[in-house]
Amino acid sequence: MELVLQLFNGLVSGSFYALLALGLSVIFGMLGVVNFAHGAFYMLGAVGAFVLLDTVGLSWWLALVVVPVVLGLVGMVFERLLVARLVRLDPLYNFLLTFGIALILQDVVRLRYGVQSQPYSRPELLDGQVNLGLFVYPKYQVFVLVFSVVVSVLVWLVLTKTRVGMIVRASTERPELTRALGIDVRRWVTPVFGFGIALAGLAGVLAAPMRAVNSGMGGDLIITIFAVVVIGGLGSVFGSVAAGYLVGMLSAVGNLYASAFSQSLVFVLMALVLLLRPAGLFGREEGVRA
Amino acid sequence: MIISRLVAGRSPVVRLAFLVVGLVLAFGLPWMIYPPVALDIAAWALFAVALDLLLGYTGLLSFGHAAFWGSSAYATGIIAVETGMPFYVAVLGGAVVAALIAVPIAMLSVRRTGIYFAMVTLAFAQLIYFVANQWRSVTGGENGLQGIPREAFGWDLADSFYFYYAALPLILVGLLIAWRVVYSPFGRVMVAIRENPARARALGYPVNRYKVQVFVISAFLAGIAGGVYAVGHGFASLQEVYWTTSGKVVVMNILGGMGTLWGPVLGAGIIVVLEDYLATAGIDAIGVVTGAIFVVTVLVFRRGIWGTAKHLLRSRRPSVPEADPQAEKPKSAAEPQPH
Repeated sequence: MELVLQLFNGLVSGSFYALLALGLSVIFGMLGVVNFAHGAFYMLGAVGAFVLLDTVGLSWWLALVVVPVVLGLVGMVFERLLVARLVRLDPLYNFLLTFGIALILQDVVRLRYGVQSQPYSRPELLDGQVNLGLFVYPKYQVFVLVFSVVVSVLVWLVLTKTRVGMIVRASTERPELTRALGIDVRRWVTPVFGFGIALAGLAGVLAAPMRAVNSGMGGDLIITIFAVVVIGGLGSVFGSVAAGYLVGMLSAVGNLYASAFSQSLVFVLMALVLLLRPAGLFGREEGVRA
Repeated sequence: MIISRLVAGRSPVVRLAFLVVGLVLAFGLPWMIYPPVALDIAAWALFAVALDLLLGYTGLLSFGHAAFWGSSAYATGIIAVETGMPFYVAVLGGAVVAALIAVPIAMLSVRRTGIYFAMVTLAFAQLIYFVANQWRSVTGGENGLQGIPREAFGWDLADSFYFYYAALPLILVGLLIAWRVVYSPFGRVMVAIRENPARARALGYPVNRYKVQVFVISAFLAGIAGGVYAVGHGFASLQEVYWTTSGKVVVMNILGGMGTLWGPVLGAGIIVVLEDYLATAGIDAIGVVTGAIFVVTVLVFRRGIWGTAKHLLRSRRPSVPEADPQAEKPKSAAEPQPH
């Protein structure tokens, strides 16, 4: 019973891993860029929701729409102004660039709001508990899980069933060939980048009512997300999401049996994956660009 | 012409001149600036050069080198506190611990290349961080390890001015090892692996074994630096194993110029002095400043200061090919995974 409850807790925290890994993976697929600032945009999502509530009284429901859209636009500008300049070079340069951006964003928020966490209460509609049959669970956490699964499935459907998704997948796997077929790959780069950032912002808004909202909330998280995508296979959208939920559950179960090491388990799992399946659980050698 | 020979020159006389200037600076530093800052520069300079063996010469970005600097800081501190042996022994012991931790991390990390290598090393360093955070009985957790003694043969090292000179031989020996590695046949293989791993393998060099060896040497030298830093400050804290420390040593490399030996030393000097200036001036925005240096260097200044000087003033072909970050490497040219 306790185990089932912990597994459910794991799925809820895995929801954040999944959404972040999904955005990271989509960006990597399209641009070959590993976005270190992904955690910072997640933090901006949560802080943005707090600031909008604090200053203009914008409700959480509206923030859930407004903040990701705004951050997505910011991401597109960021891609055009900075990331695009380095995209033809060794991908390490964009890794370093986005690392610098992450440091700046995190420090600016710290200077403005300090290091202490900002309070953000749950939306009224999702306050309280819900009986799930096996156990009683906070409504909000259930919503987060359902919402993240729906978003992941929607993204997967768009990627596999629509023309846009087809183009994005084709550009990911064979950019030159896709171009040769007369498709303007570049047109899709900026929107896809913005979309990935919007997903990070969305995860941030979802996190605001249940996690500590502060400037440092994305810094450690992004490293865990890196381990998640190495486990899932960074080239694989499905793998990243699956690994996100898997790692969430693993940490929660670890918390039950050896709470001191639950944070470390994800890295041990990463070591095992590197040992046994270096391309990741769902990655293919071919699709992986080193 | 003279300047160009100076910077790009390969003649023994010019090399010797650089060496003399470097040594004069190393020995004169505590007279020029506040001695604790001088010690920080020396320690970070060795740390940055250690990373450069991997990043600049072998073409592997380790984004987790705080793991080795930090684990040696803790190990050095524990040895010094528990045994009371001279700090030289403690630092060497710390460096050995760092090298031992590096062996499994290196063997796993070299299974991936490029951007994955950076992510994987970063993740392993975070594992070391969590272990240091949880293992309170040994590391002191969030309080850190306090009261590391500056003990050596009964010398009076309480004054940082004298401790600098006591510690300098360790740093210089570390730099000497790095220099010997780079200008040895082994170092040439490192550069070959950076330039074209597939060809290096085709020539019969066991690429991954070389990578692991460089990684472990680099971790050992980072360990010496971290140990000296811990003894100099009298404590080891979680900051030493945190990812911001890994980022800081990377920015020293790219600012100074990776793939050169003087560049990281210069980068370390600039960053340490800058941080000291900001702290003294009461400007609490080190993240913004470091981040801005990253962004600007990567966007417009990829060779770094030393690398740019060398490039602008070069008159002859170098005997060791430089990493040319300006060169466009198509992403699809990445190395296939070895099996």
